[in-house]
Amino acid sequence: MTLDILKQGAEGRLYLGEFKGESCLIKERFVKKYRHPDLDTQITRQRMKAEVKAAGRCLAAGILAPRIFHSDLNTHKLYMEYFGSAQTAKQFIQKTVNESGEEQAKPLLEKLCTQIGGIIGKMHANNIIHGDLTTSNILINPNATGYDIIFIDFGLSHYNQATEDKGVDLYVLERALLSTHSEQPYLFDYILAAYQKECGKDEEAVLAKFEEVRARGRKRTMIG
Amino acid sequence: MVCALGIEGSANKIGVGIINNGKVLANVRRTYITPPGEGFLPKETAKHHREAILGLVQASLKEAQLKPADLDVICYTKGPGMAPPLLVGAIVARTLSLLWQKPLLGVNHCIGHIEMGRLITGAQNPIVLYVSGGNTQVIAYSNKRYRIFGETIDIAVGNCLDRFARIIKLSNDPSPGYNIEQLAKQGKQYIKLPYVVKGMDVSFSGILSHIEELADPSKRRNKRKKQQDEPEPEYSQADLCYSLQETIFAMLVEITERAMAHCESNEVLIVGGVGCNERLQQMMGIMCEERNGKVFAIDERYCIDNGLMIAHAGAEMFKAGAQMPLEDAFVTQRYRTDEVLVNWRKD
Repeated sequence: MTLDILKQGAEGRLYLGEFKGESCLIKERFVKKYRHPDLDTQITRQRMKAEVKAAGRCLAAGILAPRIFHSDLNTHKLYMEYFGSAQTAKQFIQKTVNESGEEQAKPLLEKLCTQIGGIIGKMHANNIIHGDLTTSNILINPNATGYDIIFIDFGLSHYNQATEDKGVDLYVLERALLSTHSEQPYLFDYILAAYQKECGKDEEAVLAKFEEVRARGRKRTMIG
Repeated sequence: MVCALGIEGSANKIGVGIINNGKVLANVRRTYITPPGEGFLPKETAKHHREAILGLVQASLKEAQLKPADLDVICYTKGPGMAPPLLVGAIVARTLSLLWQKPLLGVNHCIGHIEMGRLITGAQNPIVLYVSGGNTQVIAYSNKRYRIFGETIDIAVGNCLDRFARIIKLSNDPSPGYNIEQLAKQGKQYIKLPYVVKGMDVSFSGILSHIEELADPSKRRNKRKKQQDEPEPEYSQADLCYSLQETIFAMLVEITERAMAHCESNEVLIVGGVGCNERLQQMMGIMCEERNGKVFAIDERYCIDNGLMIAHAGAEMFKAGAQMPLEDAFVTQRYRTDEVLVNWRKD
């Protein structure tokens, strides 16, 4: 059976397929020939396992993530839930700004960011570190009353309660927002405000760590 | 028509280049080479640059067959870099500007690399991987700025390679990275090293400490494994170089691929000193092939720090109307790529 390729992401190729008669998304982490075979096998296995584990943990914590139906380490394929009508948060933000203009978009984006921040807070409260928070890895899936926010691409995720990891997670997101949505510099502030309410008892320690990670980035000397 | 002279001296290279409307007229350079096991220190590097720079300016004018009066603008590296070597370039540039009565422009070093790469390869709007002794950044252009999508969160990739070369006492001539690349070709055994990618960022300091312990077990900080019967595995220097390159370059290619997917781009441009490593270029090429993309790389003349790139970026700025009063012609050790308003690009 040949499958229609949907998209080639950074991690692998996405196909539409079937699992036990149900339509699903197949994510194939094909062999990356540029890296040493041993390293490739190690990374692929690690990331596939991380993705499966994180999906389970999110489910248990009441966070929306694609359900994994099946995984096959030998063919490097994951069979997971497919959201056909979803768009990425990156597309959503750009579309909202284009359609409603900068001023009208702001309250809409505030609503979105507050929800995103709340979910990330919840993830961290459950010690789930996403590891690759960008607006390409957040899906907006329309439902009857509005939309659901679904986090995807948990390949770099891990389970850790260290404030360092949570701080780095936030820093990665801040940088991704600044570079992708440079015209809307307020997005991260909304996210962080909502994050603080949900991230659990380590709030102060995590924020202090985040500031520290940020400072490390700025202080880094840059010599040609 | 803009004819620009550029002076670069942010690290251990001092170079002067002349460009006339995109045409390369001269590109001369000298490198401060330290003995094996030693890095370059700011004071000694500045001394080296002071002794070389005037000769280089004269050589560049001779090569270009130009008189000072033919120039339109004098450009120098404003930063980032080490202050004492940067100052050498800045002082000479200021003096020449006053002496020859030509306008003066300070250029961001990273922007110089990017613009030079675009000029030489003809790449229009690529994802840029900028890898050198002091910088490791994945950059994409959007909205009049070169935005940093990913970077190292600790030391630069070139710094990691240089320091490893020092640990195993490799020669710094012509450059430590070049000698690691040659030695790595003889490596056969792949040794597992930490692989650290965090989102679109990378980290090299842990890898360096780890491989340092492998190269020299006496440096081992973690003394827990003290079983005497267990023989220490022996790794050759070639195997270590090979495994180090394979690991850190795989990390760089991975974050570049991430940025390509995120920005929906299919072109990559590699710039900076580490960019002339052929294995890195090869790995990037394979990655691009797998996603129908294209890689642009340049050779050591334009990849390694040079005066020409400063002249070219300065000329672009000059054409767009940039001016710099003498009192602003200082240097700065920290000068981020995304601080510069790229008003010469029309897209």
